[in-house]
Amino acid sequence: MAAPKSTRTKTSAETEPTSFTRDEELFAYRNMLLIRRFEEKAGQMYGMGLIGGFCHLYIGQEAVVVGMQMAKRDDDQFITSYRDHGHMLAAGMDADGVMAELTGRRGGYSKGKGGSMHMFSIEKAFYGGHGIVGAQVPLGTGLAFANKYRKDGRVAMAFFGDGAANQGQVYEAFNMAGLWKLPVIYVIENNRYAMGTAVSRASSQTDFSKRGVSFDIPGEQVDGMDVRAVRDASARALEFCRSGQGPYILEMQTYRYRGHSMSDPAKYRSKEEVQKMRNEHDPIEQVRARILTSGMASEDELKQIDAEVRATVQKAADFAQNDPEPDASELWTDVVR
Amino acid sequence: MAIEILMPALSPTMEEGKLSKWVKAVGDAVKPGDVIAEIETDKATMEVEAVDEGVLSAILIPAGTEAVKVNTPIAVIGQDANDTAAKAASPAPAPAAAAPAAPAIVSAPAAAPVAPEADYPAGTEFVATTVREALRDAMAEEMRADADVFVMGEEVAEYQGAYKITQGLLQEFGADRVVDTPITEHGFAGLAVGAALAGLKPVVEFMTFNFAMQAIDQIINSAAKTLYMSGGQMGCPIVFRGPNGAAARVGAQHSQDYAAWYAQIPGLKVVQPWTAADAKGLLKAAIRDPNPVVFLENEILYGQSFDVPVGDHVVPIGKAKIVKSGTDATLVSFGIGMTYTMKAAAELEAMGISVEVIDLRTIRPMDVETVIRSVMKTGRCVTVEEGWPVCSIGSEIASRLVSEAFDYLDAPVLKVTGKDVPMPYAANLEKLALPNVGEVIEAVRAVTYR
Ligand SMILES: Cc1ncc(C[n+]2csc(CCOP(=O)(O)OP(=O)(O)O)c2C)c(N)n1
Ligand SMILES: [Mg+2]
Repeated sequence: MAAPKSTRTKTSAETEPTSFTRDEELFAYRNMLLIRRFEEKAGQMYGMGLIGGFCHLYIGQEAVVVGMQMAKRDDDQFITSYRDHGHMLAAGMDADGVMAELTGRRGGYSKGKGGSMHMFSIEKAFYGGHGIVGAQVPLGTGLAFANKYRKDGRVAMAFFGDGAANQGQVYEAFNMAGLWKLPVIYVIENNRYAMGTAVSRASSQTDFSKRGVSFDIPGEQVDGMDVRAVRDASARALEFCRSGQGPYILEMQTYRYRGHSMSDPAKYRSKEEVQKMRNEHDPIEQVRARILTSGMASEDELKQIDAEVRATVQKAADFAQNDPEPDASELWTDVVR
Repeated sequence: MAIEILMPALSPTMEEGKLSKWVKAVGDAVKPGDVIAEIETDKATMEVEAVDEGVLSAILIPAGTEAVKVNTPIAVIGQDANDTAAKAASPAPAPAAAAPAAPAIVSAPAAAPVAPEADYPAGTEFVATTVREALRDAMAEEMRADADVFVMGEEVAEYQGAYKITQGLLQEFGADRVVDTPITEHGFAGLAVGAALAGLKPVVEFMTFNFAMQAIDQIINSAAKTLYMSGGQMGCPIVFRGPNGAAARVGAQHSQDYAAWYAQIPGLKVVQPWTAADAKGLLKAAIRDPNPVVFLENEILYGQSFDVPVGDHVVPIGKAKIVKSGTDATLVSFGIGMTYTMKAAAELEAMGISVEVIDLRTIRPMDVETVIRSVMKTGRCVTVEEGWPVCSIGSEIASRLVSEAFDYLDAPVLKVTGKDVPMPYAANLEKLALPNVGEVIEAVRAVTYR
């Protein structure tokens, strides 16, 4: 017999997602493709030594940020971990500035001083780019605290991984958010692995939608490879938070195709497992197939989008290679104001 | 047009690697994403994927070649099988031509410049060992000798260590003694302290010491103080170890030197070795020590090779080492700071300035006596560390020299440190933020008025 479900957790995979209009399908296609191509380019540039340090690619998880972006208000805040390139592109941050930060150049979002893991944009309500696993969760809760304080109707979204979900500070944040009914969505991007550790080897409770049960925070498991399901669940969660009912948990079931970072040989899973995901659940292929079978757009129209996306990414790569390094005097600026 | 494939960089610290295997042969068609070769770095075997579509028209570096530098052309992809000519016509890259034709000599990465090991008895046998292997050997030997010793941390078991320090331990000692944890530093550090209070001897690996900040309350409030608070009843035999300080281009939150932080805490011992011999000997001593020991390693040193004495090699905690003797000034450093210090010492020697070099090895309790004895001879002292300047290890040495050897000083004590800013990511700024050999030389010239 299945364990009794908390009344406040549900699996949205059980319901058919709302269909997208033509414009929505094309928007999702274009934005997910931009992330995919950008990340592929970043991977190549890392191999060429143009990007240094850690570089965590978002390939495979594109539907999560794009679906959430489609549901959120422009001024709702985003905050995430080091796996942040996709979040920034989805938020509408400029690809040139993101790529130039990856190469450590002055035109990067942090003037080259932050790197892949540390970028921010107040304008796009993106609060970073954080390297310490779990730290963004209380920070995101603090953004929600400010929203409630100001009564401005904004909702904050704190993204974190299945591995981060085991950090103690996450639960300290949950408790305060539940206690004070803060407008925050905890988006757990369950991509099945934390570095080389599969979820089942690190988590006593692997249903992350239940992680809020002892704080009375409702949760949902969402098919994070289907951008429509993501948008639906996000809309529900946003409505819940915005109406003053407190925090909400979305477990996005997704998958990372690449290694944890560029130096991860990914020997902890089989090639077949990765291939099966790519073949059967790829978020971009799903949209593409729907567009073509429904006749919403032709192969040629999609090719046109592909070409435009490639051009955007190529322009970003060129900019990121040609933009100069920061001036030496930048070493000493921005330490304090 | 034929396209050259270059030896890729596959990790933050990779400069070269072994081209272990070609998966595709000349004449094979390749598509983007196809695995064409395998490369072995010091940490892992990685696959090289094709970026472009075409035919593998030439292999420039044969399988088995060691020490292939990043960005060396390794193969050519042409439009079709006949594109080999196009490749021949394109300027043949010099590094490829110079590449060894057969599996060749491994480069000894930045071979240890130290020779004299005066404190080893004559007849001691040495084996060239990397710092990485030395640390593993120390843990394995102590685990064999004492069933209470166990290793715990993120990715230490099945993954074999994020930096491959615990390689092979799971296989030898099993999952009860080599324990993979969730990402919960505060939790598992506290749990390990509890296990130590119960009499076990945990070796806790932090993936890097940056993440030990999550756990610092348990390290200081629980591990370091319990012996005192319990009136001597309850000790805490535990080792907290992992890479400390800057790696390469990993940015502000992942590049911090904690030597000075832990050095302030009564009840802790703090160790930061430079060579593989000291890494092994001090880790063995740390595991045997009945107190909590913070053991600070360095990612950049992991791959470096040094001579390590064969057998049960234990280095006492709390003893500095005079690595080079000299007469004009004393250079004091520890850990990776020693690499700048030794290079500067050699250059200074060539300039006619004779420096004595002291490797502290243990930060707390600090062997100030050895430093003072040296300064009594030279009258001058320069300290070198990667950490920040304010309240640094250098600050402590300067203060101790002023209070305890004032009459012997002929010049102010100077500190060469990391710059007083968070670590920037940009390559040029990162270089500026770290200390360098030139700064050490300048400081020594300043104190010797030359
Ligand atoms: C406090 C802390 N501990 C460890 C690390 C090293 N680390 C970086 S990412 C990571 C895995 C995180 O996995 P998950 O939360 O599932 O996110 P994903 O990488 O899958 O997106 C680890 C252990 C860190 N950055 N911070
Ligand atoms: Mg994960």
